[in-house]
Amino acid sequence: MSILCDKSTKLLVQGLGRMGRLHAKLSIEYGTQVVGGVAPGKGGQLIDGIPVFDTVREAVEDTRANASVIFVPPAGAADAVLEAADAGLDLVACITEGIPALDMLRAKRALAGSPMRLIGPNCPGVVTPEQCRIGIMPAQITRPGPVGVVSRSGTLTYEAVDQLSRLGIGQTTCLGIGGDPIIGTTFIDALGLFEEDPATKAIVMIGEIGGSAEEEAAEFIKGHMQTPVVAFIAGQNAPAGKRMGHAGAIIAGGKGRASDKMAALEAAGVVVSRSPAEIGSTLAESVPGLSR
Amino acid sequence: MNIHEYQAKELLRDYGVPVPDGKLATTPAEAETAARGLPGDVVVVKAQVHAGGRGKAGGIRLAQSAKEAKHVTSEILGMTLRSHQTGPEGKVVRKVYVEAGSEIESEFYLAVVLDRSAEKLAIIASTEGGMEIEEVAARSPEKIFTVTVDPNVGLAAYQVRQIGFSLGFDMDRIAKLDPFLQALMRLFVEKDASLIEINPLVVTKSGDLIALDAKLGFDDNALYRHPEIAKLRDPEEEDAREREAKEIDLAYVGLDGNIGCMVNGAGLAMATLDVISVCGGNPANFLDAGGGADKDKVRDAFKLILRDPKVKAILVNIFGGIVRCDLIAEGVVAAASDLGLEVPLIVRLQGNRATEGRAILAGSGLNITPVETLREAGEAAVAAVGGRGR
Repeated sequence: MSILCDKSTKLLVQGLGRMGRLHAKLSIEYGTQVVGGVAPGKGGQLIDGIPVFDTVREAVEDTRANASVIFVPPAGAADAVLEAADAGLDLVACITEGIPALDMLRAKRALAGSPMRLIGPNCPGVVTPEQCRIGIMPAQITRPGPVGVVSRSGTLTYEAVDQLSRLGIGQTTCLGIGGDPIIGTTFIDALGLFEEDPATKAIVMIGEIGGSAEEEAAEFIKGHMQTPVVAFIAGQNAPAGKRMGHAGAIIAGGKGRASDKMAALEAAGVVVSRSPAEIGSTLAESVPGLSR
Repeated sequence: MNIHEYQAKELLRDYGVPVPDGKLATTPAEAETAARGLPGDVVVVKAQVHAGGRGKAGGIRLAQSAKEAKHVTSEILGMTLRSHQTGPEGKVVRKVYVEAGSEIESEFYLAVVLDRSAEKLAIIASTEGGMEIEEVAARSPEKIFTVTVDPNVGLAAYQVRQIGFSLGFDMDRIAKLDPFLQALMRLFVEKDASLIEINPLVVTKSGDLIALDAKLGFDDNALYRHPEIAKLRDPEEEDAREREAKEIDLAYVGLDGNIGCMVNGAGLAMATLDVISVCGGNPANFLDAGGGADKDKVRDAFKLILRDPKVKAILVNIFGGIVRCDLIAEGVVAAASDLGLEVPLIVRLQGNRATEGRAILAGSGLNITPVETLREAGEAAVAAVGGRGR
């Protein structure tokens, strides 16, 4: 079992630049059904063997796609999200980094009431091991198993997944929710999906400084979750007022510190690893019987 | 990106927000002329630096005449202003804003920000004008009133009334608050601001609302569509190394330890600082080389790290998802030999083409300590600087 995507997912790629084409190819090699691409003005062409459409709506009508991945540059990325929702897709992962915050804010408000689930932006996407790869994750480090992984970061997700896989602990689904201030799927959304997934026996949650998503997740875990959660919060040494790479990773006005997030999670019964090198081993110790 | 008060007030004026008359001066003589041209006798001379707490630090002074304005300006210009927001090194004052004095009846606080939890814009108001909002939030949170606004809908009249009544305004004054707030919202949305802070908002003895001080910040990701805002950047106000990093598309933040770091990805870069600290060391910097890191980028990153004289060892931590570790390894070898690297170099390569990358490092003949895991990386880096740094 998995959340969000599996073998039956039919994926579109919005934006067929260098990144879009490269990752479309890697996803196909991984076994993902990439059924089409969207590049306005290039409809009717075949790019790397993928049929290209001018609009998402046309692509959906022709291919019955139910998901898409967005590699459109920042200026047009929020528009691409809205176009995907208009076409009735179930799932969209927006990889683009650097989208103006107000564009995402408007798009997120406009999506209220839409059944489409948005992942990201500024995220690595989602992988269900041996089934489906949406985005840019190095899927070869994942392996199927009982742990759900959700993270605000890209490469740190790979680090955590790699630690799990090396310990023989596989994953149901690995999900990067993105490092921007306004994102589609939040920790709470992802935790809720994993909680409902019978195959997910434990969850690794990787947060970072900035905002209060981890504190809100802690409240949710306390009130709504049975599945054990192990967490790590990046940026324990980050100075206040400095943006640490991600647009959303900033301690501002005394809020968003790693120590507050760790305390909130621990108070909700989450085991928090102090060191990023021990995310896998902390999980293995606190939830026995996950490895195979 | 932040801008100066005088630039903020010019923008506010453009949007119809009342601000006192004022003029920028870079010499005492200019300040005298500016003061002469302003209405009333009393002027305020305000140091223009990107930091709060200017008043307490001696950067804001009253002058009773144009002559006095000249004298006061000669004292402020060139001073190193130190407030809790500048850090101990302080900021050198290069220009002042000379402003007409205001007849203050009462002071309030107003701000517009992006509210990440509510996923809307938020207007924050308080009766505690002139104080830092974090302090008010800690001491008397009941004195802070917030409304959230959907940018697709805009600020509603009832919300203006809610804010006005929370500040103790009557309907006459709320009628003046309405265009004031609507203008702030318009400025925020049209210019992609990230922060508008009016502190204090002043009610004058004649009953008018005036933005007495103003702090504006803008979304870096949206500057491409606002060249007129991007033009307001003052490089003098930015950390030299952070500015240089930005120009070559690297995210860099200087810290006070002695282990230089080069990492791909913001989350892993933060986690690398954390692992160094867990192992008992102190990182010298945060550096995210990004997803497209290649040979040139690695060299640029090394140069930047080595500009910090505190650096006694460098830790390279790459988890190759898209990034190819063999290309990173070539970059590391080239940078180390080109730059005549003298400090110990610890390199961890994982993921995409890591085996090839490690072979390149091993065959280089350079003194590089290869490590496999994140924990080994932290331990080796800390050992290289002889234990706890600083």
